[in-house]
Amino acid sequence: MISLTSEQLIILAILLPLLAAVLIVLADKRPNLREAITLISASVVALLVITLATRINAGETPSFDVFDVVPGITVSFSIEPLGMLFALVAGTLWLVTSIYAIGYMRGHHEKNQTRFYAAFAIAISSTLAAAFSGNMFTLFLCYEILTLSTYPLVTHAGTAEAKRSGRIYLGILLGTSIGFQLLAILITWSVAGTLDFQQGGILAGKLDPAYAGILYALFIFGVGKAAIMPFHKWLPAAMVAPTPVSALLHAVAVVKTGVFTILKVTLYIFGSDFITSSGASDWIIWFVAVTILLASLIAMTKDNLKARLAYSTISQLSYIVLGALIAVEMSLVGASMHIAMHAFAKITLFFAAGAILVAAHKKNISDMGGLGRAMPFTFIAFTIGSLSIIGLPPFGGMWSKWYLALGMVQTEQWILLAVLMMSSLLNIAYLLPISVRAFFAKPKEGVVYTEVKEAPLSMLIAIGLTSLACIVLFFYPDPFYNLAVDAATGR
Amino acid sequence: MIENHLSLLLVALPLLAAPIVAVLPNGRLPWALSTLVSWSVCYLAAWQLINVSSGQVISYELGGWAPPWGIEYRIDAANALVALIVSGIAALTLPYALKSVIKEIPHQQHALFYAAFMLCLTGLLGIAQTGDIFNLFVFLEISSLSSYALISLGKQRQALTAAYQYLIMGTIGATFFIIGVGLLYAMTGTLNMADLAQRLPELYEHRTIHTAFAFIMVGFALKLALFPLHLWLPNAYTYAPTVVTIFLAATATKVAVYVMLRMVFTVFGFSFIENTPTDELFLLLCVTAILSMSFYAIYQKDSKRLLAYSSVAQIAYMMLGIGLGSVLGVTATLVHLFNHALMKGALFMAIGALIYRVGSSRLEHFSGLGKQMPWTFAAIVIGGLSLIGVPGTAGFISKWYLVLAAIEQQHWLIVGVILMGSLLAVAYVWKIIEVLYFNATDEREQQNTAVKEAPLMMLIPMWVLVLANIYFGFNTELTVGTAEQAVKLLMPGAN
Repeated sequence: MISLTSEQLIILAILLPLLAAVLIVLADKRPNLREAITLISASVVALLVITLATRINAGETPSFDVFDVVPGITVSFSIEPLGMLFALVAGTLWLVTSIYAIGYMRGHHEKNQTRFYAAFAIAISSTLAAAFSGNMFTLFLCYEILTLSTYPLVTHAGTAEAKRSGRIYLGILLGTSIGFQLLAILITWSVAGTLDFQQGGILAGKLDPAYAGILYALFIFGVGKAAIMPFHKWLPAAMVAPTPVSALLHAVAVVKTGVFTILKVTLYIFGSDFITSSGASDWIIWFVAVTILLASLIAMTKDNLKARLAYSTISQLSYIVLGALIAVEMSLVGASMHIAMHAFAKITLFFAAGAILVAAHKKNISDMGGLGRAMPFTFIAFTIGSLSIIGLPPFGGMWSKWYLALGMVQTEQWILLAVLMMSSLLNIAYLLPISVRAFFAKPKEGVVYTEVKEAPLSMLIAIGLTSLACIVLFFYPDPFYNLAVDAATGR
Repeated sequence: MIENHLSLLLVALPLLAAPIVAVLPNGRLPWALSTLVSWSVCYLAAWQLINVSSGQVISYELGGWAPPWGIEYRIDAANALVALIVSGIAALTLPYALKSVIKEIPHQQHALFYAAFMLCLTGLLGIAQTGDIFNLFVFLEISSLSSYALISLGKQRQALTAAYQYLIMGTIGATFFIIGVGLLYAMTGTLNMADLAQRLPELYEHRTIHTAFAFIMVGFALKLALFPLHLWLPNAYTYAPTVVTIFLAATATKVAVYVMLRMVFTVFGFSFIENTPTDELFLLLCVTAILSMSFYAIYQKDSKRLLAYSSVAQIAYMMLGIGLGSVLGVTATLVHLFNHALMKGALFMAIGALIYRVGSSRLEHFSGLGKQMPWTFAAIVIGGLSLIGVPGTAGFISKWYLVLAAIEQQHWLIVGVILMGSLLAVAYVWKIIEVLYFNATDEREQQNTAVKEAPLMMLIPMWVLVLANIYFGFNTELTVGTAEQAVKLLMPGAN
């Protein structure tokens, strides 16, 4: 493993899940072999990204072109700290989610499992490829492949509701990416003559600052995956998917590809200096601030647990976008770290939601009174995830909020700081009552939980791992912190 | 020896094959001979393209008569590309045709069918090859007459009316064209395109030239189904035998677009067009066509008709490039010419495979087939993505150049319309995909669960095109490279 060059590791990390997808399809009739393929390739990918991360920390910057598409536009891959951070999160969590998914899919007796695992592997491959993209074209390519490969996962159930959700999902994600993002990319290309990600951006000095705001808005809203209002509806719609999909893809891979794209555009297309000097983000910032508050408020009204978590994700994604828009060092560190911190916390919450569904067949929060005593492990993990989302010590989520807040103080954005704090309060209001109800409230009339046991072991292992990570990341955030600082300062 | 007569052989081979095919006994023989001819022609076309790919021009004097008196075949990158599209699609369609034709066309007509197919191929290749404007008309009629016959062979009775409608419209188009040619001849005394190009500039102010131009433009706008002269196309595509639809959709309109390019840029010159309202008119018609025809496509219940309306919209993309009249725009036109042949070829082949199994082209009859026919379904998905213009497919490259051309001239409305067209394409492509992907409705379920995957003879050509859609989305040396060479010759001095 170590004898391979970093370039080879990148190729392996991208191709291995694709190969796994092919093998999974071939192993259609033999479920155990099929799941073994998923687990083995996920383990290897996790190893690969960890190896890569240590090398990036040691100062390597691998990059290479695969081929020219049209003159000047290449498919190319390179790793910089931000991409590495994202790949590290997605790559390691794929392994955890695979462990979880096996328990979930079998425990929940889902159909078409082969299609599920194959599409999942393709989605991971395109997520990693997006993380390692060396230019905007490659990133856009991976972005679209990710959208399309997750469509069969969203519509997995094959019901009329799944079909409807699939339409919303594709309609918004393809619509914004073709209508706005592609246009923004084309304008960037015709103005700058390149789409490479460069430290300090490629637009400064070439684009009239007066138009910077419009182009930036095209990018921000063109990235539908970041779920900024009014283009957020696809995320709640996607909750019709099986829980492992919601957990890894719609709390980590897909949505984080969105905010990652925005961070990339901010740092390497515009450059944070150009954003601040041209005032490109001045008015978009309010869309994001409104998204944070409104999504939190909507989350409070949702009784369906997954829907509530989805709106929570929408709100949390906007934290990251906000960090990008403020575009000073501290806020960028916070935004980058939040990619990781939110990932671990939110995936814990979704894992718990799936465990509740499989073990107790409950979807709605109002039905969960007293359930915590039947499933203490799951609900303790849920509580840990909630506290990390809220941003309390000793949980990892504190750090990202800390740096985001510092960035706002530094730029004297007092209103935004107030939004951030208010949102934290709202987080408490919509997350903690779930645990409180589960542990302290009485079950509904006539409901007894003597039959309910904890979810299958493989799911519990996954939940345990991610909730443990939430705590560990408070004491030892270094792997992500170092990468985030490197990305923000442009080492 | 062969190399010297390459340009002629391309046309002569299928022309000579046609009568032989016609007298062969019905059965596999006519098919085998036509396939062989189409493959040889494809090989020759590829050879020809290599010869002109670095910017040379081949001038072939028919019968040794020097131009402008004799007929000249004048091959540059543009013709060679179009000839390759036509012959390549023919070479893929014919292997596919075997099973489909047995199912859709009465046994006693097989030999005649393949003979007509060869004639149609002759006509289309002739149009692409020739440098003589009257000779072009002759080949136009050869291809048109044979395609009327081909369309009328469709299984449903409406095929006859569709063919008749096309016959009327096509004849009007051809007549307009020949009137235009006559007027040009009266003014200049020459029929050679290169010669015309030299003589016309001094006559630019002359009203007869303007009249001739108008006749030629309207004539070919009819042939290439430019909105609002497209009315024959949806019926013709819907009711023609599947194989004919595949071939015509991927080639006939492309050849007509190529003629438009030749007329606008080589014969008349864009400086002439710019002084007429033609380019603005093109832009206006194309913008309307892209939006309205894509909307029409969304509401179709028949898969072939849906793709037919999509074709009308896609043709408008090509004409948009001509209307913009810039290097980027014309590059986009030529690239899309090639790419659209790939995507529509693949899509119609896949739809044809479904029709082969189900016996109907109505969307509701395809319900739930995605599971039974996974390869065909995957072909539709990838072909559809290419039609939408998703990155990683050939369609993306065309859109890329077209939008860049519009941005270059600050035509923001057109930029918006092109992107909007892509989104509408998502809607109509997904309409097909949803029907196939989601489970069958109850009454269809029993019939459709017994359906098997399409035969290999259909899948292979289909997948060659599907893979080409992906390949040309990543490697554009052939498409963009050739197009750029062609543009240099079409628009000298523009760079």
